Amino acid sequence: MLKILKYSFYDLMRSRWSYVYFVFYLLLGFVLLFLNNNVSKAVITLMNVIIILTPLIGTIFGVMYYYNSKEFTGLLLAQPIKRSTIFLGQYFGVALSLSMSLVVGLGIPFIAYGIFMSDAIWDFGLLLVTGAFLTFIFTALSFNIALRNENRIKGFGYAILLWLFMAVIYDGIFLMSLMIFEDYPLDTFSLSATMFNPIDLSRVLILLKLDISALMGYTGAIFQKFFGTNFGMFLSIGVLALWVLIPVWFIRRVARRKDF
Amino acid sequence: MIEISQLYKKFGKNEVLKGVDLEIQEGKIVAVLGPNGSGKTTIIKSILGMVVPNNGDIKLNGESILKKWRYRDSIDYLPQIANFPHNLTVKELIGMIKDLRKQKKAEDTPLIKLFKLEPFLNKKLGTLSGGTKQKVNILLTFMFNSPLIILDEPTSGLDPISLLRLKELINSEKKKGKTIVITSHIMSFVEEVAEEIVFLLEGKIYFNGTISELKKKTEQPDFEHAIASILTQSYA
Repeated sequence: MLKILKYSFYDLMRSRWSYVYFVFYLLLGFVLLFLNNNVSKAVITLMNVIIILTPLIGTIFGVMYYYNSKEFTGLLLAQPIKRSTIFLGQYFGVALSLSMSLVVGLGIPFIAYGIFMSDAIWDFGLLLVTGAFLTFIFTALSFNIALRNENRIKGFGYAILLWLFMAVIYDGIFLMSLMIFEDYPLDTFSLSATMFNPIDLSRVLILLKLDISALMGYTGAIFQKFFGTNFGMFLSIGVLALWVLIPVWFIRRVARRKDF
Repeated sequence: MIEISQLYKKFGKNEVLKGVDLEIQEGKIVAVLGPNGSGKTTIIKSILGMVVPNNGDIKLNGESILKKWRYRDSIDYLPQIANFPHNLTVKELIGMIKDLRKQKKAEDTPLIKLFKLEPFLNKKLGTLSGGTKQKVNILLTFMFNSPLIILDEPTSGLDPISLLRLKELINSEKKKGKTIVITSHIMSFVEEVAEEIVFLLEGKIYFNGTISELKKKTEQPDFEHAIASILTQSYA
């Protein structure tokens, strides 16, 4: 698997889009830091960007990479290599190179600004970790979509819909249901509803760490109350890990039975 | 070498293979022919394990290959459409495939010379023309010395000289005692190269034998007309 991963990674690291993505984070980091002059504020702003953008880019890149390398995958499938090896290798190649763009792109400006001397180092680290998690999750989901859809347009459509649902619609429904069922105890509901959406979960995770969750509404407050910061964080990271593992398991399963 | 028994494959509602029985003997060049959608590529892909059959069995040297992958080490396959990662150079791709099949000895230099690929070695694959890509494709297939070679439309996009080289290559591989399975729509190419013909029609084997047997059966003087007569009969 490492060989396939290595080559997918090299292939992507050389494509124009990886650079665009990298340069985007680089510029974003510099602009935020030098306009804000405050690491903590920059981290919060970055959180809002990362939580929406990494899933979107992960989704689009995942689908795009899968469809673009389809014939090449055919060539690999005819080699003496296990199927799951090929697809997991490609998946990790995409997810890793995207995470690299994120981590290095944001890392450089923050190191230049002196993040290592600042108290915000852990907040910043957590931000990168959740960003990487979101990349891995949404790339895996998009690979699943692409594997199940021969038609590229459909595959793209479903992938974008998935992102839209997780990033926007889910929250809308969530808030609406909180309003409608105002009179009932909603703690468990809102907790589990947050667990089922990796984007919300990441947001809560970062807010818990930044210790401003009380300001940020209902879910954050409940998380704070129920778990205390440490336990909540471990649980959230555990759930995020599940969000990676389950789709990856599905990639293996679908890849094993698919016709090419 | 290859034994296929009662092979069935459905794609959705579309039944492509309806009980194919086929035996390919070692050291033969066999052409799998048939109209579009008759299941040629599906058979080839079933042998390679890229398509999972609904029913039936495929044996390579007496061993079932279903759900296995190591056996592919003894197969060289030329896919129909060659599309490689755009950002790799030709050299890197060759290196990569060699790296993936490390246990095998690869002889790529004579083939690079044969197809005059030296000027393209450091070019990115995305910038190559269709014919050059096909040459790279052929190079990747023939550089390993496997006992079974499967070629899916090997002639597509090749210029006349390269086509000639390809024929020479196939003949020299045959002399080494290799088994070669080919699909092609170019009848003159098939006639020149193949010893045996397998003709597929609507997911079943319609004819299996030599070219002269086919001419006799259809009472046609030449190969192209023999094939045409099968097709007109079946569509009539």
